[in-house]
Amino acid sequence: MVLLLFYAFAALAVVSAMGVIFASKPARALLSLVVTMFALSGIYLLFGAPFIAMVNLIVYAGAVLVLFLFVIMLQGIGAGDWPLSQRFNLLYRVLTFFTGAAFLTALGILFAATRLSAASGVEGTAAALGRLIFGHYHLPFELTALLLILGILAAVALAAKEEAS
Amino acid sequence: MIPAAHGLILAGLLFTLGLLGVLIRRNILMILLAIELMLNAANLVLVVGSSVTGNLTGQLMAFFVMVIAAAEVTIGLAIAVLLFRKQGSLDTSEMTWMKG
Repeated sequence: MVLLLFYAFAALAVVSAMGVIFASKPARALLSLVVTMFALSGIYLLFGAPFIAMVNLIVYAGAVLVLFLFVIMLQGIGAGDWPLSQRFNLLYRVLTFFTGAAFLTALGILFAATRLSAASGVEGTAAALGRLIFGHYHLPFELTALLLILGILAAVALAAKEEAS
Repeated sequence: MIPAAHGLILAGLLFTLGLLGVLIRRNILMILLAIELMLNAANLVLVVGSSVTGNLTGQLMAFFVMVIAAAEVTIGLAIAVLLFRKQGSLDTSEMTWMKG
């Protein structure tokens, strides 16, 4: 049952990721990525990470992708992309797909050789992760707060430069 | 239980798709979206690793990756908006001002 759910979510994730890559309209690619996020959250749940699954839904599908959607809508026609057939020359496209295939094959060989089985013991609840964050990993966690403030400052500085010019 | 290798192969597949997206897209917003896809593939590897070793640190790393991705997206989108105002499109082939 769990295995079946995993394969269903995995298929959904891969199909919608292909939508992200190949959709011609940016808004469609973005909504495809939202579907990928939902499928990945399901997979996180199956791997015993409920907190990460919920954060993924709230932060990614809820905040980051809506921000993307705002920018795409703001830029309207300028956000459009060329059709794949006239985007680059043929040699580049063929080489790109071969590179991707080679990379995937290498990864597949590497991963298939590993004889790992997922242990069911670990359960990443908010309580367990919170204990870890505010215990052993307190300093890195505080540093991420600094990083977020720097991100805000950088975005404000970029916007202010535009106002001034 | 789910074989961990299958989770890793799924992550590899998603990462490869993200890589292809970075290589074949010409719109800078779509390149950012593909980068998000690659970050999520990396997160999946961390969560699977956490599940295999029975150690929650992997999930914590996935959490940190999400925080960093949020900061990255904020700045990336600000740059994309500025770029759109400057050159009127988001096409990466038109960004040639750094050419000497």
